[in-house]
Amino acid sequence: MHLHDFWFLLIAVLWTGYFFLEGFDFGIGVLTRTLARDRTERRVLINTIGPVWDGNEVWLITAAGATFAAFPDWYATLFSGFYLPLLAVLVCLIVRGVAFEYRHKRPEERWQRNWENAIFWCSLLPAFLWGAVFANVLRGVPVGPDKNYTGDVLDLMSPYALLGGLFTLVLFTFHGAVFAALKTTGDIRHRARAHAARHGLAAAVLAVAFLAWTQAAYGNGRSLPATVVAVLALLAALALNRSGREGWAFALSGVTVAAAFATVFLALFPDVLPSSSDPAWSLTVTNAASSPYTLGIMTWVAGFATPLIIGYQAWTYWVFRKRIGTQHIPAAH
Amino acid sequence: MNLALAPETLARWQFGITTVYHFLFVPLTISLAAITAGLQTAWVRTDKEKYFHATKFWGKLFLINIAMGVVTGLVQEFQFGMNWSDYSRFVGDVFGAPLAMEALLAFFFESTFIGLWIFGWDKLPKKIHCACIWIVAVGTVLSSYFILAANSWMQHPVGYTVDKATGKAQLTDIWAVLTQNTTMVVVLHTLTAAFLTGGAFVVGIASFHLWRAKRKQLKGEEPGEKQRKQIPAMLTSLRVGLVVAVIAGLGTAVSGDELGKVMFEQQPMKMAAAEALWETQSPAPFSVFAVGDVGKGHNSVEIEIPGLLSFLAHNNFSDAVPGINDIAAREAAAYGGEPEDYIPSIFMTFWGFRLMIGFGMTSFVAALIGLWTTRRKLWLAPEYRAAEGEIPRLMLTRTREMGPFLTMWSWRIGILTMGFPLIANSFGWIFTEMGRQPWAVYGLMKTGDAVSPGVSQGEVLTSMAVFTALYAVLAVVEVKLLVKYAKAGPDTDEKPPAKDPRLRFPSGGAGAGGAAEDADKPMTFAY
Repeated sequence: MHLHDFWFLLIAVLWTGYFFLEGFDFGIGVLTRTLARDRTERRVLINTIGPVWDGNEVWLITAAGATFAAFPDWYATLFSGFYLPLLAVLVCLIVRGVAFEYRHKRPEERWQRNWENAIFWCSLLPAFLWGAVFANVLRGVPVGPDKNYTGDVLDLMSPYALLGGLFTLVLFTFHGAVFAALKTTGDIRHRARAHAARHGLAAAVLAVAFLAWTQAAYGNGRSLPATVVAVLALLAALALNRSGREGWAFALSGVTVAAAFATVFLALFPDVLPSSSDPAWSLTVTNAASSPYTLGIMTWVAGFATPLIIGYQAWTYWVFRKRIGTQHIPAAH
Repeated sequence: MNLALAPETLARWQFGITTVYHFLFVPLTISLAAITAGLQTAWVRTDKEKYFHATKFWGKLFLINIAMGVVTGLVQEFQFGMNWSDYSRFVGDVFGAPLAMEALLAFFFESTFIGLWIFGWDKLPKKIHCACIWIVAVGTVLSSYFILAANSWMQHPVGYTVDKATGKAQLTDIWAVLTQNTTMVVVLHTLTAAFLTGGAFVVGIASFHLWRAKRKQLKGEEPGEKQRKQIPAMLTSLRVGLVVAVIAGLGTAVSGDELGKVMFEQQPMKMAAAEALWETQSPAPFSVFAVGDVGKGHNSVEIEIPGLLSFLAHNNFSDAVPGINDIAAREAAAYGGEPEDYIPSIFMTFWGFRLMIGFGMTSFVAALIGLWTTRRKLWLAPEYRAAEGEIPRLMLTRTREMGPFLTMWSWRIGILTMGFPLIANSFGWIFTEMGRQPWAVYGLMKTGDAVSPGVSQGEVLTSMAVFTALYAVLAVVEVKLLVKYAKAGPDTDEKPPAKDPRLRFPSGGAGAGGAAEDADKPMTFAY
């Protein structure tokens, strides 16, 4: 295995890890409006991710930073080409992060309501946009001979991309509902399971549609098993949710997210950003990669840091493993 | 295309606005993390309530601040690719590495352990909980180190070759990038400045509370119950803030002097511009005030201290310091074009340099005076020594107290000084980044060649407008919130956890009865 192949794998893992983790964060954000009935319940949901959302978001910073270091051309074309969608993602992540920290800092009704609206919309929009972005990455976009993006924002709004966005939005909401069932107690826990069942069904329909399209149009022998795993895991998660095995249901909804993104990355390889203008101009793991020297150093750093990160992040989830109910929410704010 | 709205101009404005804004939060985050950690350590070790209240209070302000620092940092990472794609392609092999290291080795620590710290008060044993904030503090320092190594490479590229086939920079020696003298000195200068910022911030807010209570006492009134209870925590904070600001201020000055010498050697144009030194002179004077004319290449008004610039550059009062016109001619000969192309904005560099030093050192001097006048025992007659929990008089000598007028203004300056280092930091970055122009990477890539060629004017304009508007709104929200919580002072009714939480039983109780009783206990902290 070449170093650049290894780094493609690692970046795929980082993005997938990001979507596994922030996927349920986004889902929780969406559910604050659809599942929670009042402010206390909204706070229950927000507090299930309170101690961890920030650490989850660092997976994004790392995925982007690693793409910059390992595949500078991929980073440069992707970020300058997908300019407006990424601008929207940034704005949402800024407002959403501040909303979590500031919402409870003032007692006024308007203040709290505004930040709650922000949490909903700024979770919903990125959950959609990330799916659309990666569907476009797989589908290919207009890239010229000098590796620059030559299209405009309309080129990013194909039906396939919109379906990809819708798929991740619903899948993340399902993932979030399963997480909510696992992390809450009382009435909200039961309703979370009911929500998970509904969102899971919708996600299953979209998964079949999106993944079948993906496999038919862009897939290969490598991506096929991942597609199958994604669909089976989603069905298993639904069944487990129904029978009240919340921990296993969450594990399987996580596998669904991971397998869905694995499908995309496996279908993409060895390209990193195909050119729809001329396949010869596509960015690939070879023509977009950094030098072997840089990749070698980064391999050492990642090899040292990644197990450590996974270790202490897992520990954080263990420390905050207790379920939260309305009775745990202090009245003060 | 209209030059004022050219994508390059807009992208530069956006970078300037978002970076200066981001860096309002960064230094406070770095220093307040460490100060909070120090106060919490004092509490864990002594069990004194004033340390607990001080920890909670500064921790709260720290969290309001770090939220903004984290989210505005996202923009910094994304905009290299969005607005500066040709830059990213050219430098990615070198510049991306420290950035990825920053994420892997620093951001993960910060963001994970900040969550543990915020929500862990009733879940983690005291000592482990205290270790969490220390890990956050170390994470902030590590993160500044990696990002400054990346920036230093733009100021002074080392450890690379330019690949002949691709025309891109390629890393050949990561160690050189991480340990070159530019990096080391810049890290020292930035970190000391960060601690000066945090020290002054703490001094300012503590002074506000103490002066409010003191003013009442001077009028013969008793401060209210709540105010009185807050005094011990604020007295401690004042001392901590003053000591931090004095040590850090001294460090900023020393490292700044050293950085100046490094820059005279590596980027002579930047330093000549900082001094508006048009002609090479030996010995070179230090300019206190100048009004220049870029077109004519000389200053029309000038006040100078003879020989001082030679000293700043070379540690002696006689050696020559090259002037702007000579350096510009030299660079034009080496890289092509006209000499004027190589002259940065003299107005911004000259005044940025002075405002940086002026505001930074004002805070340092104010803290030095504060540290002396509020001393508790040293060279004080016994009757002037403040008792435990008493707001000290401002003592000039052994028996001489400041008059009422001076006392009032001393406290007021103590409050005002918290803003000064923020201004100094901003101008420091404006100076060092604008002073490097026209280069994005000194000697290798010009800023004009670094922008994204595929991004339209409309797109850059949209993003600049969106970020400016969003940042403005968030600034208002953030400052109002900070003021509210800073004015409210520590919540002295809050009690430290009665028993040290045990890790194996996150619900708090070890016995079966205790666990059942605590199972429905509200969280100590909730969003």
